[in-house]
Amino acid sequence: MTSTKKDPVLVILQMTGAYDALNTFVPYGDPHYQDYRDVLRLSSDDVLAVDDYVGFNPGMGSVKELYDEGKVAVIQGIGYPNPIRSHFRSLDIWHTAEPDKMVTDGWLGKAIRDLDPNKENILTAVNFGRGLPRALAAPGVSVASVGDLASYGVLTGIEGEEDRMDALDIFGRMYSPMIGSGPVNDYLSQTGLDALKGADILKTAPDMYSSSIEYGGSPFAQWLKNIAQVHTANFGTRVLYTGVNPGTFDTHANQHITLPRLWGDVTTAIGDFYQDLVEHNANEEVVMVVFTEFGRRVKENGSGTDHGSGGVAFIIGDAVKGGLYGEYPSLEPDKLDEGDLRWNNDFRGTYATLLEDWMGLDAQPILNGNFEKFDFIK
Amino acid sequence: MAENDIALMAHLMRRAGFSAQYDEIVERAEKGYEATVEELLNPTDNSHGMELDLAERSFLEWNHFIRCVPEYVMWRMINSRNQLEEKMVLFWHGILCTADSKTQSYVTSQAELDMLRRNGMGNFRDLLVEISRDPAMVYFLDNCLSHKDNINENYGRELLELFSMGVGMDGEFNYTEDDVKECARAFTGWTIANNIPGQPYGRYPSQFVYNPADHDEGTKTFLGESGNFDGEDVIDIIVRQPATARFISRHMYSFFVADEAGVPSWMETPPRDMEAIKMLEDEYFRSGYDIKSMLRVLFTSDAFKNARFQRIKGPIESIVGTIRLVGDWTTPRPGFEVIFDEMKHMGQEILNPPSVEGWHTGKEWIDGGTLVRRINFIADYVGDLTQPGIQDMVRKLQAEGPVMSPTGLVDGCLRLLGCYELEAETRQMLITHAEKNGDLPTNNREFAQQVSQMLQMIVATKEYLYA
Repeated sequence: MTSTKKDPVLVILQMTGAYDALNTFVPYGDPHYQDYRDVLRLSSDDVLAVDDYVGFNPGMGSVKELYDEGKVAVIQGIGYPNPIRSHFRSLDIWHTAEPDKMVTDGWLGKAIRDLDPNKENILTAVNFGRGLPRALAAPGVSVASVGDLASYGVLTGIEGEEDRMDALDIFGRMYSPMIGSGPVNDYLSQTGLDALKGADILKTAPDMYSSSIEYGGSPFAQWLKNIAQVHTANFGTRVLYTGVNPGTFDTHANQHITLPRLWGDVTTAIGDFYQDLVEHNANEEVVMVVFTEFGRRVKENGSGTDHGSGGVAFIIGDAVKGGLYGEYPSLEPDKLDEGDLRWNNDFRGTYATLLEDWMGLDAQPILNGNFEKFDFIK
Repeated sequence: MAENDIALMAHLMRRAGFSAQYDEIVERAEKGYEATVEELLNPTDNSHGMELDLAERSFLEWNHFIRCVPEYVMWRMINSRNQLEEKMVLFWHGILCTADSKTQSYVTSQAELDMLRRNGMGNFRDLLVEISRDPAMVYFLDNCLSHKDNINENYGRELLELFSMGVGMDGEFNYTEDDVKECARAFTGWTIANNIPGQPYGRYPSQFVYNPADHDEGTKTFLGESGNFDGEDVIDIIVRQPATARFISRHMYSFFVADEAGVPSWMETPPRDMEAIKMLEDEYFRSGYDIKSMLRVLFTSDAFKNARFQRIKGPIESIVGTIRLVGDWTTPRPGFEVIFDEMKHMGQEILNPPSVEGWHTGKEWIDGGTLVRRINFIADYVGDLTQPGIQDMVRKLQAEGPVMSPTGLVDGCLRLLGCYELEAETRQMLITHAEKNGDLPTNNREFAQQVSQMLQMIVATKEYLYA
């Protein structure tokens, strides 16, 4: 555990679309790699080399800098049993930590319930983006989900302060759960009440914040800025979640142009966010997780890559013991799994490490099992 | 006119269209339910008329920006007399979806949505052929990069997983990874001319081209059948599958009747109402995959008629429905782009679905952010006494007599919003709130204000989230 007395905070960054592991964390020193990737091949001149075998995609300079400072754990060969190449089901598996059956509760939703069992803090978790990821969903767990922090509030158009207060009072009572109204209505009730309470608190965050960091204009960069605003406002928020639009990393085509650009946008924002935290002396208690739903086919399709399996994830923060974890999956043709990288560590091992060694929770009931942990937390 | 007939018509217009003002509901109820269903199914008069013509000449930017395609589509939803025709564009766009973040060609995207409008109530087989040839789709799912000696599986997979059969049914997988590859082989050579990216020469319309030299002429084995299949042959096999009947029926049920479980769980989760699904599946095969026939069976069924307020409205339905209710945007004026922003913030931007899977519906429309956005948008509109639709509601309530009781005010507002129903407890809370002002003189200047504030309270209820 870290020496700071501040509560540990988890920032999850979902890179939807399935980034190509092979050209993200590139085994450029492997002769097979050069064979599989005729057009998309990255050479030692292109990559940001970690050693003489692997290196980061050329767009990932900001993360490479953090890696050089020992703040990035690279989880190589991460995956789950019986890989599925559907974006939606695969993301569902990452969200629910349940590869074998369909469930609706998210792993972080359950973690939030354990972090705040008496529901004392409406803002234990905050999501930034369009729609709430299933990872954060669990019965009885409230998560504020914000598209635009600046304009968050209920019935702001009712004229007259007294009338508005009156209306909000009735709103609060109308959204109180009614007995026997069913799970969907209960969900709506809770969402309404929590939005009412959460909005009052959240809307104060931007005014409390000032920073020399200028984030990029993309929604992802702006949401990271919002995360910095909420984190530095000390609302007691422990889980913050955002990501890129679904499909962003789905590079079936023109990958040699798009992938470095995408990673450039994403990792610049991550680097800015980290510097922002440093500026606010709020960096030590934050660990970031960068993940995607699956990897892509080892053999390119001529301009891009199709859906595959076996991936790579990144854990970033001061509390992280930087370095390489897991093994880089073999590229030997007979070691591939139907033309895909063969995963060698279950993603739930990484989740367990984060839950137990970082957040201080019991991972077993959240993940429904015991999984071998890494030692990437200091 | 019986109260229940009016309420039923309000229900039909909310589902088969984007809702209607009270006068139109009464008028249609008088014409009859079945007659209205037929009118919706068979759009005859020019769907857009002068309004669209005027709008196209007023919003010159509609020909210049991708943002303007969603705006154009929404304009039609608001103003078209053929409400079901426009609703089917939304239905199919949520299933056979492309995103402009990749296609980046407004003219090609608009052509796709026009195609969905032309085929939305036609034959499902034809629709699958059309979407497979649709330039935006060919580019979006990379079929133009699938070659006979190097297939790109993207379109082949999504055609099966998301456009026709679904991953599985009744606990069994519907197809194998090999079927995906064979399907992709059959579609090789289905490509486009004027590849979409606009650089460096600007954007040109794109069109479908069949390139026989790049088509894999070998034998394919797809879903147990073998032959030298091309894309149309594969579609012929697909439409015969019981899984396809099930998949389309469930989508229709979820969109028009009551919220179903999320699509990714359909393999394991049985339909909410198996009897209704069976009815649609039977009609699918009986009619030879005719979408209009399925819709007719659906709208005239008891399952549909009894499903009032069983669906959570989507953002587009909420936005368009509100605008139609208050009577805004019946003629063009500057500023329509804020409506586009609203789609984005509420979580359903036309031409920008979260993924090729389409939007997650039902309760997934609602989270802290989108709920707040939705309530505020609607409340701001119904609180605006300059809107003709709101002024009309005030006049209608005034016409009921010189004095209005608190109960009369609540029930009157509910009726004019489209025969909405509240939980007894919620209704009582609003009546108690209204009792603070006692009986209201309707000719009083404050009356309009009191009506609009009651409307604001009603649209903020949980019940109003449903349609």
